[in-house]
Amino acid sequence: GTARLSRAEPRAGDGRSGEEEEEVEEGCYQLYPGHIPTSPLQKALLAAGSAVMALYDPYRHDMVAVLGETTGCLALPNLRDKMKHHPEGYHILQERPRIRLSTLDMDRLRGLPDGTLGREYVRFLEDNKVSPDTRMPPKFVDDEELAYVIQRYREVHDLMHTLLGMPTNMLGEVVVKWFEAVQTGLPMCVLGAAFGPVRLSARKLQVLATELVPWAIRSGRNASCILNVYYEQRWEQPVESLREEIGIFPPP
Amino acid sequence: GDIAFRFINYVRSVRERQLQRKLRHHQNLSWQEIAESYQEDKSKSLGDSQVVVCDINKEMLKVGKQKAQHLGYSEGLSWVLGNAEELPFDDDKFDVYTIAFGIRNVTRIDLALQEAYRVLKPGGRFLCLEFSQVSNSLLSRLYDLYSFQVIPVLGEVIAGDWKSYQYLVESIRRFPPQEEFKAMIEDAGFFKVDYQNLNSGIVAIHSGFKL
Repeated sequence: GTARLSRAEPRAGDGRSGEEEEEVEEGCYQLYPGHIPTSPLQKALLAAGSAVMALYDPYRHDMVAVLGETTGCLALPNLRDKMKHHPEGYHILQERPRIRLSTLDMDRLRGLPDGTLGREYVRFLEDNKVSPDTRMPPKFVDDEELAYVIQRYREVHDLMHTLLGMPTNMLGEVVVKWFEAVQTGLPMCVLGAAFGPVRLSARKLQVLATELVPWAIRSGRNASCILNVYYEQRWEQPVESLREEIGIFPPP
Repeated sequence: GDIAFRFINYVRSVRERQLQRKLRHHQNLSWQEIAESYQEDKSKSLGDSQVVVCDINKEMLKVGKQKAQHLGYSEGLSWVLGNAEELPFDDDKFDVYTIAFGIRNVTRIDLALQEAYRVLKPGGRFLCLEFSQVSNSLLSRLYDLYSFQVIPVLGEVIAGDWKSYQYLVESIRRFPPQEEFKAMIEDAGFFKVDYQNLNSGIVAIHSGFKL
């Protein structure tokens, strides 16, 4: 049947505005702040709609996020279990650290020696003019722990760029998506990896196909689960050493 | 705004026809007289008719003004910022009061109806176009399915805004059904209140007269 989200009887001559009603409703079903409960039909429509929109307008990062949330029902529990069965991953699930400008000590990280994770991460953020605060909070994941897992995946994405040495242009993003697709199995990553190259020039496609993608796939398969690394405790670690520890091959 | 444009078009077309009829009866006018009569009407194509567009939201008024300019409507139109529950107009001022998909968003619908009554002249007409209740049960189920399952998704995908569209479909359901709304209009003092369903009641036009 159709899942109605709220009592929809018209109230006779009711003067109250709709806002109050909506908040109460959300409180009944909301599993975490920002959660919007959705029926299977709505999720299917969202998945299809967001896929089309993300392809049509690549700047709609919110659509990529929605696609990830609505299609991750198999991959996310898988990732959560991988985290649970690993000491560092388990630790992360317990403590639920967030990578945000308010939680990061940017000055301290900037002051670290070159080649360390912290220094290179800050360099990456500044060079590409991105901020960790622009990551969308999850809305359509119907489990609060899985919502954290996808949030963690999003916040760790910039660190993936740093570890893989890839910039935030279309080419770099596609390479990271290939790596993440192998690592996480999220359908959104697979789709992004498969369709992202559509907008690249022939020359870039060649570099992508001959060097970058094979390397990304090899690294992705060789590496341990990237969500099982407590990055916030490893800012001083040199990037190369961290790469070796995780199993990422040096970039071409 | 859109109703204002249609009204202006209608007034102009009626006057146009009147002018044509008048000219047909004056077959032996000189060229100069004919030219004068055309010129005169061009600057007063509306005669004494006027439309006032009122909205509580400044941005909406701005959009309306831009649209009017774009479409070439200039004379006979005025734009007023105001609250339907407390209109900035004198009593007995208007011949017609129309509200389209607006009364649903008013907090105190009864006050808006009372204000509509107040500002209308005796003999004036109240017209309201609004979402209403679907009587046909099959259509109602399909309409509910579409409203609750598809519309918020479209809102999220196209506008990145699930919540506003969720609110929209909920507010539509909360609005009183046709008969109840008719009773509310009668309570405000209107006579000969009637309604017409469009699309089996997805939308209804209610009408009432101040006598």
